[in-house]
Amino acid sequence: MELSEHIKTANVEDVTLRRPFHPALRGTLCVTSHHLLFSDRKDEASWQLLILLRNIDAIEKRTMGSSGTITIKCKDLLVLQLEIPGMEECLNIASSIEALSALESVTETYPFFYRPSHLNLHGPWGLSSTEQYYKQTERLWDRWRVSTVNSDFSVCPSYPRAVIVPREVDDEKLVQSARFRQGGRFPVLSYCHLRNGMVIMRSSQPLTGANRKRCKEDELLLQAVIDGSELGYIIDLRSAQQAQQARMTGGGFESKSCYSYWKRIHRHHERGKVLQESLIKLVEACSDPSHSVDRWLSKLENSKWLSHVHSALSTAGLVVECVERDGHSVLVHGSEGTDSTLLVSSLAQLILDPASRTLTGFLCLLERDWIQAGHPFQQRCAHSAFSHARLKQECPSFLLLLDCVWQVWRQFPLALEFSEALLLRLAQEVYASNYGTFLCNNEQERCAAGVKENTHCLFQSLLSPNIEEQYLNPLYEPTDLAIWPSVHPQSLQLWTGLFLRWTEYAQNMEEAREEMWSIMKEHREKAGPDRTNKTPSTHCDTLTPFENLMDELTIL
Amino acid sequence: MSHVESVEYVKLLNRYTEKSSALGTLYLTATHLIYVEQNNSTRKETWVLHHHIASIEKLPLTASGCPLLIRCKTFQLLHLLFQRERDCQEVYQSLLRLSQPVKEDELYAFLYNPNQNEEDRRRGWEFINVANDFSRMGLSNEHWEISHLNKNFEICSTYPSILGFPKSASVATVTGSAKFRSRGRLPVLSYYHKDTKAAICRCSQPLSGLNSRCVEDEQMLQVIRQANPNCPFIYVVDTRPKLNAMANRAAGKGYENEDNYSNIRFHFQGIENIHVMRNSLQKLLEVCSMKSPSMSDYLTGLENSGWLRHIKSVMDAGVFLAKAVCEERASVLVHCSDGWDRTAQVCSLACILLDPYYRTIKGLMVLIEKEWISFGHKFSYRCGHLDTDPKEVSPVFTQFLECVWQLSEQFPCVFEFNERYLIEIHNQVYACQYGNFIGNCQKERLEMRLHEKTFSLWPHLLENQHQYRNPLYRRSVESTVLRPSTLPLHFKFWCGMYNHYDRGMHPKQSVLDQLLSLTKKQVEGERTMTELQRQLAVADGVLPDPSGPINTPAEQDSPSEKTPTAPVVQSNGSCAPLINGDTEEVGPGAEKCNEKEGAEPTATEHDLTSSKDKPVSVETEHSKEEVQESH
Repeated sequence: MELSEHIKTANVEDVTLRRPFHPALRGTLCVTSHHLLFSDRKDEASWQLLILLRNIDAIEKRTMGSSGTITIKCKDLLVLQLEIPGMEECLNIASSIEALSALESVTETYPFFYRPSHLNLHGPWGLSSTEQYYKQTERLWDRWRVSTVNSDFSVCPSYPRAVIVPREVDDEKLVQSARFRQGGRFPVLSYCHLRNGMVIMRSSQPLTGANRKRCKEDELLLQAVIDGSELGYIIDLRSAQQAQQARMTGGGFESKSCYSYWKRIHRHHERGKVLQESLIKLVEACSDPSHSVDRWLSKLENSKWLSHVHSALSTAGLVVECVERDGHSVLVHGSEGTDSTLLVSSLAQLILDPASRTLTGFLCLLERDWIQAGHPFQQRCAHSAFSHARLKQECPSFLLLLDCVWQVWRQFPLALEFSEALLLRLAQEVYASNYGTFLCNNEQERCAAGVKENTHCLFQSLLSPNIEEQYLNPLYEPTDLAIWPSVHPQSLQLWTGLFLRWTEYAQNMEEAREEMWSIMKEHREKAGPDRTNKTPSTHCDTLTPFENLMDELTIL
Repeated sequence: MSHVESVEYVKLLNRYTEKSSALGTLYLTATHLIYVEQNNSTRKETWVLHHHIASIEKLPLTASGCPLLIRCKTFQLLHLLFQRERDCQEVYQSLLRLSQPVKEDELYAFLYNPNQNEEDRRRGWEFINVANDFSRMGLSNEHWEISHLNKNFEICSTYPSILGFPKSASVATVTGSAKFRSRGRLPVLSYYHKDTKAAICRCSQPLSGLNSRCVEDEQMLQVIRQANPNCPFIYVVDTRPKLNAMANRAAGKGYENEDNYSNIRFHFQGIENIHVMRNSLQKLLEVCSMKSPSMSDYLTGLENSGWLRHIKSVMDAGVFLAKAVCEERASVLVHCSDGWDRTAQVCSLACILLDPYYRTIKGLMVLIEKEWISFGHKFSYRCGHLDTDPKEVSPVFTQFLECVWQLSEQFPCVFEFNERYLIEIHNQVYACQYGNFIGNCQKERLEMRLHEKTFSLWPHLLENQHQYRNPLYRRSVESTVLRPSTLPLHFKFWCGMYNHYDRGMHPKQSVLDQLLSLTKKQVEGERTMTELQRQLAVADGVLPDPSGPINTPAEQDSPSEKTPTAPVVQSNGSCAPLINGDTEEVGPGAEKCNEKEGAEPTATEHDLTSSKDKPVSVETEHSKEEVQESH
């Protein structure tokens, strides 16, 4: 079925658009295969709103007499209302949106059609890879190697083709270890701390099962990680009880007797459905029109979102403590090793490693530790907070990461080269994007779908001149020290930039941001001409993403 | 006065990690508690003003010693551990006496001399003048006049001597209305909004009881209404919950009956009384001092304290007033019971929302001087300066400061000052180092001769204004009326105030410090200019020569300036260098990545350090104007 067959009514005149904190507008509404386009009727300087259908999380339709109202709830938390004259038109538009916003096939999605003239499909795709990280990290060369045992994705379908493992462990052992780990996710290197050579490894749970099965190769692999130093830490992201229970279903944990050089610490982290429901409750609480403070605080508490932020930062802090303060290597895993495992290991890197706090470095970290590491973006981000659909595999792990990074930024406003605007942009792109970066669930799927050949890379685009500067932190001052965030409840806050994004509040914050830029600009002009190019254009696309998309549409 | 002077081997317990507790010596001077931590390498001092001590509690004996818990009005907590019980008991007894003076003249302000002469003192007190603010509003004019009817405090003993009335209010109306209002606090002008000609007036509750009336009071409201040609009615806002107001009727007080007053629109606002607020703060502080709460414990505790609910109720009332004035162009009469707590909160908040002047450093001083000090907010009672009825103590003024802070979080570019200014004012209110917040009303202050015996805080704040500036302040948006969102999610816990001394909870790097340090050079340049102009003026004979040279750090190096009767510390000889050492902590950028830091030195300490190399700024301010005039 062609996409266009879903469109029964392509155009409606005299539609009224209502947005929060803006006067209502009348204009024309169009539905295309991938977009909803509203244009103001005024001839001169017409205003247009373009929404990627993929961005629509839920719609509600209400008919009254001969006209209907559609409420559109977007994955970036924007809520819009369209009043459409004509009942039939209203129902047609609604059913088109429903069908086209949830396309099953990846290659039918918009990134495969997005062809702006200023981007070239044959340009480089992505910023980083396992091989590049290895090449850059001289400290690894002695004891570690790049293995291509997974070059055809047969050993672990969710890993990239190349992984970093101890030099003394050959590919055959890796294959055995992979068989002993859920989803084949055997322990691989995620990060090497340059100061002391300690590493952060990640994997999935071992499949010890009820019979306490062992795998010699897996044990050897982990022993090789330690290599003579006395101790390593396994941070198991489940409670001890949960880890025990996992044995009943074939999973398990590394027992002390088999992995004698490793000390296991359990830290309970919520996953999957619980996290998704937490996000849904939080967003619901934020849009509660009630004026009771008690009710708000009780809903905020009840959503548990901040508790999840708290646990993620605490455990990341624990990993950093092991690596930086105590000088031990760490293995992080939960069950599948595709969600909280990535969350904790990448947060720990942000805290530890100055290189991952630059704009490029942070994007490289996301690329290696989330995209290539096989976080199933397509499943996790199928729906956001508004959808009424039955939950399948949705889970806001990545959004939780962005929130934690925001908390770190709030506590260390000078230490990150990128700004809140980048985090907001990523929060939006991960759910609906013109780019192919967050498509599919792992590298294998991306190769099969031809993502790199047929879509544009978001990260490349973010780093292109003129765009990059919108995402820079004007106050950035690099520091080599670890940046330990405080995890006192008083130190953690609701990420208002994201959750109150479409309120007047966001405009006041934008004003403050502009003021800060102008102070910095003035200062730098005084300090010398060499740094003046680091000031942003006055237009910022992150708070008004539609205008930005508009520029790109006109090229279509 | 005899009390224990010093105790050695006292432990200062760290709330979070037992390991990092310090060992040191405790000194009690006439004015301060000083704890000197003695490590091999570092010596850190913690100074606490006796007036800042809210309570002292002896905790049960433990194996490691006798613990003493000191809670401060600045929300600092000191947990001391003594080796000997006798020491603990003696310190406890001494502090009880030192922290609760019985007579006014025992307050710090009567000892404190910031190295100023009588002329400086006089100028300092004249620096903020409430009458000038009426001129700024454009008064007197055809509708309003500034009256001296109360110059001997005969009409109302707790009001200031200068009052604003509608021009058409007769003396009989004024005196008659005063008799019908609780404690004679009749309706008077609080703020006049030039653009809309609407006014905010304040008073106490009427003595209406179940059905009493007063013609003069009804006339008073009528002339207030008629003084605003833009609106045919006035709002009468009773800031109390309806139930409280009704209960007062049985006691012969109550609220305005809409049938008796023509063209009024009556509203309750539902702000709770001082006792509810005191208890709420108590609960909030319990949440703040929980040892290691989970996120849920903390949020539930915050909810149960009700604190943010009360802050919102004050804000809601302020927003109601501002909207009535700027959108409906209607005048508003505000009262609560006595009209010196909730009324002060709501009127001053409305002023900030309506008038950008009050969002400046000097404007906030004027506002506090006008709505709080001169209109008889009972600072001595509410702050518990003296050993008086604990039921009179309530954080009413703290709540006002918090409302301003909440606004500054929503509007980061509209205030000239930053959070530190609010916190410094809060500390000074309780410190009694300056005379401004001593006494309960103007009449009392005159009787105490505060202007002759103490100094004013405002010049001191102005002198240090560079550290209170908000670098993001935008003059271009200053002219707008603020319309804050009062959705509950905009009310945040103020960590900078209630957990001020828990440095580990605060952001480790400060945007404020960073921006201030960038803009500081410019400010310093301007200061130098001003100083040069002043010196020129002196040389030209335009200005009298000040008593000494301008930069005389040596003069102030001796701690005896600050603690004139301090017995032990000087002999120790270590005070001055230690204070110097502390400036590092205060300075911008110094907090970088330091996980643990000691308790911050108290405000008084900052004062001394920061005033060392600076001329007295009232002088510079004045001279600047005079120089300009003379050219």
